[in-house]
Amino acid sequence: MNIRANNAFTTMFRNNAGIIFVLLILCIVLSIVSPVFLTADNLITVLRQVSNNVFLALGMTLIMILGGIDLSVGATVAVSGTLTVGFIVNNGMPIPVAIMLGIVIGTLIGFFNGVIIAQFKLPAFIVTLATMNVAQGIAYIYSGGRSARITNSAYTQIGTGKLFGFFPLPVLYMTILIIIFIILLNKTRFGTNIYAIGGNREAARLSGVPSKKVEITVYTIAGLLAALAGIVLSARMYSGQPSVGQGYEMDAIAACVLGGVSMAGGRGRISGTIFGVMIIGVVSNGLNLLGVSSFWQLLVKGLIILSAVLIDAQKGRKLPFLMKISK
Amino acid sequence: MADKILEMHHISKTFGGTHALKGINFELKAGEIHALLGENGAGKSTLIKILGGIHKPDKGEIIIDGKIADIDNVQSAQSYGIGIIHQEIVLVPYLSVADNIFLGREPVTKWGFKDKKQIYSRAQEMVVQLGLNIDVNTLVGELTVAQQQLVEIVKAISFNVKILVMDEPTSSLSDEEVNHLFHTMEKLREKNVGIIYISHRLEELFKMSDRITVIRDGNYVGTKQTSETNSEDLVAMMVGRELESFYTRTYSVQDQEVLKVENLSCDNVFEDISFTVHKGEILGFSGLMGAGRSELMQTIFGASPYDRGRIYLNGEEVFFKNCSQAIEQGIAMVPEDRKGQGLVLENSVGFNITLSNLKRLMKNKLLVSEKKRKNQINKYVSDLSIKTASSEIEVSSLSGGNQQKVVIAKWLATKPRLLILDEPTRGVDVGAKSEIYSIINQLANDGMAIIMVSSDLPEIINMCDSVCVMRNGKLVAQLSQSELSQENIMRYATGG
Repeated sequence: MNIRANNAFTTMFRNNAGIIFVLLILCIVLSIVSPVFLTADNLITVLRQVSNNVFLALGMTLIMILGGIDLSVGATVAVSGTLTVGFIVNNGMPIPVAIMLGIVIGTLIGFFNGVIIAQFKLPAFIVTLATMNVAQGIAYIYSGGRSARITNSAYTQIGTGKLFGFFPLPVLYMTILIIIFIILLNKTRFGTNIYAIGGNREAARLSGVPSKKVEITVYTIAGLLAALAGIVLSARMYSGQPSVGQGYEMDAIAACVLGGVSMAGGRGRISGTIFGVMIIGVVSNGLNLLGVSSFWQLLVKGLIILSAVLIDAQKGRKLPFLMKISK
Repeated sequence: MADKILEMHHISKTFGGTHALKGINFELKAGEIHALLGENGAGKSTLIKILGGIHKPDKGEIIIDGKIADIDNVQSAQSYGIGIIHQEIVLVPYLSVADNIFLGREPVTKWGFKDKKQIYSRAQEMVVQLGLNIDVNTLVGELTVAQQQLVEIVKAISFNVKILVMDEPTSSLSDEEVNHLFHTMEKLREKNVGIIYISHRLEELFKMSDRITVIRDGNYVGTKQTSETNSEDLVAMMVGRELESFYTRTYSVQDQEVLKVENLSCDNVFEDISFTVHKGEILGFSGLMGAGRSELMQTIFGASPYDRGRIYLNGEEVFFKNCSQAIEQGIAMVPEDRKGQGLVLENSVGFNITLSNLKRLMKNKLLVSEKKRKNQINKYVSDLSIKTASSEIEVSSLSGGNQQKVVIAKWLATKPRLLILDEPTRGVDVGAKSEIYSIINQLANDGMAIIMVSSDLPEIINMCDSVCVMRNGKLVAQLSQSELSQENIMRYATGG
């Protein structure tokens, strides 16, 4: 057992060597230029800040391995947060009911994406671009564009609560989800089927893989995760804001690609994605600590995404080269 | 005549650890059609890629017009007058014929704009010269495959080629279109172009070629004058051993019916197909490309729909909506296109072997048992002697023969009653072919019912207990063992 766990760790390090190296360099540089960076307080803050992106990036990883993409998750975050808070504050719903409804709505958006993409064989990019607008629209229509404040601590505790007085609950959720998704992708038939469909859809179909079912399930899971992220985020911010979540889908995609998930499908790992999320999170945190303006932060983040795509392209280039050798 | 325009001496090429070519000799005279013959994987494509500047040879020299040629890349190959027509069409479908011919070297007016007039008039001239009836204003995408192929030839000629390579140009053409192509080749011959012709259809080689060079497993076997050889000789040269020892088949047909198909029809694809397969039987399906064989198999396997007819499995009528239902009922299919349909190439050998069978490898409802998975992978890697460094390496790094064994292993793991093999040895080297035949024979002996679709006539004649011949979607004959011969099958397949 010990040896196997050991093996799993060495494989993980080998698979993600490049990105771990980059992350280490970033951390070393930041701990030199900022005395605050390497404090326990700050590191926990980093973890809390990245937790939101982890929710979305986990779903995005599954979708991208499948060969798809989901642009609607950011808007789903807005819808579920705005509606859940609104249901409590404006409609006086009990908190558990409002949360359930918020989750159901987000999940339905994902389910809808999956059905349209799988059933009508439409490109995921355009379908989810459309649902992104629809979801964003719903959030604005329901709220009239205003954010709703919520002070009920039973709700806000979901996002602000701390385990043992120091460990933020969102980080706990994140940890649990990561474990679930690692098992889901590596140890279940469902996970194998995702890789098979993304690697070769026709071979998967002829091997008896229920492609449509798997595809719909994956998009539904992404919707569910986005809804959870939206609720946790609104609780942490004490408000449901319809404008929140814009660009979140891009952060998730960037994290996946940084972590080695192929845009063409078939390849990718949860561990890689998590390191990708961490890089984006550490960069944002570092820039904040250094007092860099948010305008400059955008620019730097853009450059990171660009480098991520470059890395992905380099990997893709290795393939035809290998195929030549194998002939 | 009789000037050697091309000589290739002792060409060798290694990829990684495998010798793709080991000292190949080849020569071509002006106005000659010289066929290059060899099984898939024999090294024909590699040789052509070296001539075309895509690969560089490790050893050997290429002499063109008596001078040593240094072919570094595709451009320099073109400058030596070498033109290659690949199996796949490489034209831009949304551009006109004329634009395609001049793509990348469009003549311009003095203002720097594309000179449309000149492009069209020069293209038209070339088309007429070859006696073709194609409007150069048409978009390439609107032409038939055969016409597109002719456009490729026109394009090659427009580079002033002296050496034209044609890689299986007839594989997707109808008889009439083939004749048209041959007519064009005669025209080229008159213009003193030397043609290297690659085809598996021996009858075409006898009709068109002056000489035939055979290569096998990367080795040069020999060159014969076409008029002085026959198909038995050529097959023996290609296969390199007596056919008897190459195929293994011990008769094992039992009485019990496994699959019965009655009047199965799918409009415009196949029509009124009826046949039966028994336990322990190997039933062959022969016919030309496009005869509807693969489509029929896909239908039986639940992968595509049908309009009329009945399918019985073990005496019970079945209606499959998808492949997984067929798999559950004990049908397995090794598809025609190994890379496109059979394997998830970027994933591991083990991943592919267990893909269809994970249901049986579960630890509980949710999790796959790592132990059961490993056991199964090891069992099939050793049973089928799949040569792989580890079961966790990418399946794409295996040779064609071992990749095919992985596909077969995947299906054997589902413990099928009926195994459909669609072109089971396409792109498989000679050694692995023989191994696959003995595996198939063993399976039939163990009582599996097997359908084998194959375009390889010797294979189907030697392995099958009887053979159904299809033509244009109809089953035109079912030949018993004693009636099996290449001539007989071809007669039914072509309707001649």
